[in-house]
Amino acid sequence: MLLSLQGATVRFGGRAVLDAVDLAVAEHEIVCVLGPSGSGKSTLLRAVAGLQPLDAGRVALDGRDQAGVPAHRRGVGLMFQDHQLFPQRDVGGNVAFGLRMRGADKKEQGVEVRELLELVGLPGAARRAVAGLSGGEQQRVALARALAPRPRLLMLDEPLGQLDRSLRERLVVELRELFGRLGTTVLAVTHDQGEAFALADRVVVMRDGRIAQSGTPLEVWQRPVDEFVARFLGFDNVVPATVAGAAAVTPWGKLPVPEDAPQGTRSLLVRPAGVRLVAAAEGLRCTVTARTFKGTHVAVHLRPEDGGPRLEAACALRAAPEVGQETGVEFDSTEIVVLG
Amino acid sequence: MGNAARLALLAGPVAFFALFFAYPVAAIVARGLKVDGVWRFGRITDVLAQSDIRHVLWFTTCQALASTALTLLIALPAAYVFARLDFPGKNVLRAVVTVPFVLPTVVVGTAFLALVGRGGLLDDLWGVRLDTTVWAILLAHVFFNYAVVVRTVGGLWSQLDPRQEEAARMLGASSLAAWRKVTLPALAPAVAAAALMVFLFTFTSFGVVQILGGPTFSTLEVEIYRQTSEIFDLSTAAVLTLVQFAAVGVILVVHAWTVRRRESALRLVDASVTARRPRGPGQWALLAGVLATIAVLLLLPLAVLVQRSLDAPGFGYYRALTSEDGGTFLVAPIAAIGNSLQYAVAATAIAVLIGALAAAALARRDAGRLVRGFDALLMLPLGVSAVTVGFGFLIALDEPPLDLRQSWILVPLAQALVGVPFVVRTMLPVLRAVDVRLREAAAVLGASPFRVWREVDLPLVRRALLIAAGFAFAVSLGEFGATVFIARPDSPTLPVAVARLLGRPGDLNYGQAMALSTILMVVCAVALLVLERLRTDRTGEF
Repeated sequence: MLLSLQGATVRFGGRAVLDAVDLAVAEHEIVCVLGPSGSGKSTLLRAVAGLQPLDAGRVALDGRDQAGVPAHRRGVGLMFQDHQLFPQRDVGGNVAFGLRMRGADKKEQGVEVRELLELVGLPGAARRAVAGLSGGEQQRVALARALAPRPRLLMLDEPLGQLDRSLRERLVVELRELFGRLGTTVLAVTHDQGEAFALADRVVVMRDGRIAQSGTPLEVWQRPVDEFVARFLGFDNVVPATVAGAAAVTPWGKLPVPEDAPQGTRSLLVRPAGVRLVAAAEGLRCTVTARTFKGTHVAVHLRPEDGGPRLEAACALRAAPEVGQETGVEFDSTEIVVLG
Repeated sequence: MGNAARLALLAGPVAFFALFFAYPVAAIVARGLKVDGVWRFGRITDVLAQSDIRHVLWFTTCQALASTALTLLIALPAAYVFARLDFPGKNVLRAVVTVPFVLPTVVVGTAFLALVGRGGLLDDLWGVRLDTTVWAILLAHVFFNYAVVVRTVGGLWSQLDPRQEEAARMLGASSLAAWRKVTLPALAPAVAAAALMVFLFTFTSFGVVQILGGPTFSTLEVEIYRQTSEIFDLSTAAVLTLVQFAAVGVILVVHAWTVRRRESALRLVDASVTARRPRGPGQWALLAGVLATIAVLLLLPLAVLVQRSLDAPGFGYYRALTSEDGGTFLVAPIAAIGNSLQYAVAATAIAVLIGALAAAALARRDAGRLVRGFDALLMLPLGVSAVTVGFGFLIALDEPPLDLRQSWILVPLAQALVGVPFVVRTMLPVLRAVDVRLREAAAVLGASPFRVWREVDLPLVRRALLIAAGFAFAVSLGEFGATVFIARPDSPTLPVAVARLLGRPGDLNYGQAMALSTILMVVCAVALLVLERLRTDRTGEF
């Protein structure tokens, strides 16, 4: 393993911001830590970088314990959330900084800077002042600067956080392609699930300083491990349930569940795609309270008439009912997940 | 940076202050209070019981408070004008307002006497005389300390991001409220630092009060000088030195306590982008008001000085400076220029080195209590009688291994003592305002703590460093109280030469003093202008 954390703990005051975290990142792997703000993800990066001392546990790079190794000798790169470009240097000076620290000569620096700026899509920008760069350009310069010393591990803190949506979506694809081409090992943190799923080989969801779930984007998306992860991923159709065999008793009535579902008192997630709208006379009777256009479908918000928790359904564009209309609801067992 | 590294950085400044400040001052206090090897602390209560001494204490404090308030009132608008408004000749004017600060106090006292005293300009024009009132002292103090406020506060102000105020405006704050809620808190550490400096200078004011105070007004420092060199009562002088020391110590502790928490990470931007041409009648009126104040309060006394130096036909006073047969010195008075420059350069180098080391160690937010205490200690030399320091140098540094009486380095060392606090005070707020994550970004890119300092901190504080160096150079050039005791007769500095000329009777000596003061003024102005040039040429490029 290139990076491994064992029982890594950081406390601010009495509060554990990082609470006995175990995490391993293999060479060439792109791991994305996903969590709400305050979940400890930035602290995780700072601990690995050597900017934040651990209160317990250990950080190892290439199997070597990093306790007592200062930040500048760890050979890892960190791209800061707000980039932190050096204001008194131009673009080239920023990108060359790490090379200079390694003692690279002027000629080598020049070649590297040119190549890197081309790589991040800013050819010929070396002489520009950083104050005049747009957000997207700053982000590219910060990336080039972090890549320049060829760190064995590149860490990104909310790499695309401040950019507008279309730019973010384009850059995330570019980044993944770039890292794949360079074989860079990446540990990124973000609060944006779309970004994490698009970028990562593996997603790690954090909550209150602990790891809540770890897996491929598909695994995490399909089988959130608990209600917290499900809600954080944007699923709101979560209710308490008592599972017995292939059926679960919920406030929405008796729902079919997959046969291998865990039994007993659980939380149950119904993905919006698993909420089917039928004639008003059938199934659970609901009133449409809102419709949100989502591009490929319409999210229909429903209030059950018997007073149960509200529901969200994904509905084809043309089939979506109007606000105030009454409709029946049925559930599709393949889109139902019994949570841990 | 670990605590070990920080203490290593502090070792130099600590040794410097122990050897060249604490030791001489302690030696002279001991000389005054120790009789036959026995401390006689009873002297302290004896001296303090005298009503004339108590009156001196009361007057010293009141005039210092009044001078500080008046200086802030008059100079803060100027700090704004220099920071935020763009007008032709700004850099020259910034250097010009600094000149008074470095003039020898005796010269300033004389110039003010010529302005507001008997037969002075105001007397001629309107029959107004101020030399018998405290106003002459207060105005001379404003004249001196105007630049302290303009440079300390204006320096930071020009680097504050104006958009912060704009954000407050958009949230519904009036422009005054925006200034009060956003800019003022950000400026508070600099304003407090400037006010502290002004208070210290006026509390320990010497030359000005001696000339303008007459028999009525006397400060502690004047009294110490009188007791030391006129009455030769070393024990009273020692008690007064201790009193001044204690008072200054209390001020510094209170200051450190109130100011420390207010220094916060600020968004600093390039100063050249924050200044705008004046807009609207308000800004034009402010600019005009500040320029008028500078003309009347700063330039007029200087003009009187120059005018008097030219009173003899054919530059007679200037030509007299080159002759060696005046009898005042072993050398021609003109030689003092070279001496002063050499001493000042050496003193500046020492002050910048020691001050930068101390500032680097003190800048970290996680600095321990011990280290933070040192912050306040560094200011003590400003509050301790220069007369005491100079005399202390003579009696303390006269034995091997520290026999420096014959060494030229003695003068720069004494002058650097006064320069270091300027360097630390000017650099510390800026160093503390550097975003810690910039340092982290550099560390992650492979920069060792030393290189982080060189690559990140230094470029950002170069401005502050140059301002600090300018201040150190200027105070070294103008330092009088200590230098007068330790400068050798064959190598006087400019202020010492001026004082000696003033102390001799006759128009020729008086005129020469005015001529030499004018030269000192020009030397300072040129040095400061070079600094301004350096500063503007090199922003933004490493």
